[in-house]
Amino acid sequence: MDAVLVLLLFVLVLSIFLGVELISKVPSILHTPLMSGANAISGITIVGAILTSRAENIESELSFALGMVAVFFATVNVVGGYLVTNRMLGMFKKK
Amino acid sequence: MEILNTIFSEATNKALVNVVYILASVLFIFGLKMLGSPETARKGNLVSAMGMLIAVVVTLLDQSIIDYKWIFVGLVLGSLVGVIAAMKVKMTAMPEMVAIFNGFGGIASLLVGSAEYLLSAQHNIGILIPIFLTVVIGGLTFTGSLIAYGKLSGTITGNPVIYKGQQWINGILMVALLFLGIEMIALQGLLITMDWQILIAAVALSFLLGVLIVIPIGGADMPVVIALLNSYSGLAACAAGFVILNNVLIVAGALVGASGLILTNIMCKAMNRSLANVLFSGFGSVISVGGSSTEQQGEVRPINVADAYLILEAASSVVIVPGYGMAVAQAQHSVRELGELLEENGSEVQYAIHPVAGRMPGHMNVLLAEANVSYDQLMEPDDINPTIETTDVCLVIGANDVVNPAAREDPQSPIYGMPIINVDKAKTTFVLKRSMAPGFAGIENPLFFKPNTRMLFGDAKDSITSLVSEFKT
Repeated sequence: MDAVLVLLLFVLVLSIFLGVELISKVPSILHTPLMSGANAISGITIVGAILTSRAENIESELSFALGMVAVFFATVNVVGGYLVTNRMLGMFKKK
Repeated sequence: MEILNTIFSEATNKALVNVVYILASVLFIFGLKMLGSPETARKGNLVSAMGMLIAVVVTLLDQSIIDYKWIFVGLVLGSLVGVIAAMKVKMTAMPEMVAIFNGFGGIASLLVGSAEYLLSAQHNIGILIPIFLTVVIGGLTFTGSLIAYGKLSGTITGNPVIYKGQQWINGILMVALLFLGIEMIALQGLLITMDWQILIAAVALSFLLGVLIVIPIGGADMPVVIALLNSYSGLAACAAGFVILNNVLIVAGALVGASGLILTNIMCKAMNRSLANVLFSGFGSVISVGGSSTEQQGEVRPINVADAYLILEAASSVVIVPGYGMAVAQAQHSVRELGELLEENGSEVQYAIHPVAGRMPGHMNVLLAEANVSYDQLMEPDDINPTIETTDVCLVIGANDVVNPAAREDPQSPIYGMPIINVDKAKTTFVLKRSMAPGFAGIENPLFFKPNTRMLFGDAKDSITSLVSEFKT
């Protein structure tokens, strides 16, 4: 395995532990916004989608088309996810 | 775009892009941390959105991107759909909304993985493994989410779909996927020569698997499924990160994956069932009418609104226990109004919310927050149960299994051992229910026959509205 891959695996393992620590502390009243907020974060795949159109890839029209459809879906996921989470959290008020 | 490229030509070198990705990751982490408390949650979501924004912007500035036109088309159309969906969705439809967004994340990752697979001229194992994982996880997240969406929105039956040999078929499907994985990764097209043929086969199998693993799961188990699909959408993004060797995809994907897994675990614990049991048992399809359930039956004591009002009027503490029935009846606003009237009348009012009440984690909390219930009144079973004996009235609105004392008392019961809200121990419990039909799981509820239980039959919203008008006159 090359060094980059090992490093990324290292990042992966640490992120999982970090995620577990962070999320365990979220109270159950916020589970829905947590889920939809986390869902919006999973739209990060939009970065990968945008990068499918980089120069060295352009020779394959099919790949390019797939990448652009991915941009669309990931954008719905990101924009819709953050907005709806924001809308929900706006309703949580204390008297 | 020429101008942008010249202005940012320095900023677009690889190192700086990666630094911005690290910053984005930090913002995601802070955002999630702030989601841990109602005071900071909204800001946390914004922080996380900022992270996403800078990650997208710095990616767009990547000099090696040569065609921006279609990217912008995708971004604009996607934003449009996202904004409309987020603004128009009703809070009661939140579970299916989250489900469909999960699916979109999954399909996006699948497409990224597929695009990279078709591109990469030289296949090496380090890339092929994550490509395969991205396609499979993304694919089953997509179709699984669509099925979950269908079940939650009522487009397809919410009942478990069970057929003979189901486990076998799923098993065979998984073995087939495994062989395909070996063919794609290790043999690299020894049997199937064309890349796209392997890819199509992998996509088709994972689509099918997604459908087949979600159809046997019943409506009341949906909180687990949604949480699990949430986790998968993160894992798919994470796998895509290994395909393009991108740190922010890996960090963000792993955070979401971990978050979904924890929620899944919390949901399973709240039902005292293992994940395997939720996924494979088709719970609720087999109605086991054992001898014990008939023995428990006794006399049902109905009550009318006027009498219920008199008891509530005299109560000094009231605990409201909402369930999915409240969401179906859209009764949350009337419930809040009743809660306020009770408080004006001098009662202490609390809401006891079971983790699996509703169709997704935290479903009831969102509905009550929408109806303007102060969030410090929203309690977990562990906060309520210790003092439930001194509670004058428990108002069970559209909840059933989460208040079923059989979970505590009857080892024969399918839900035995599930932590419940002990409303049967309160001084008086009103159960608002349409009829005596059993709940989702078809399990008899001895609560209805306890001497301190009164059944208030009828539509939950109508009953609550009538109680509200009693208080007002």
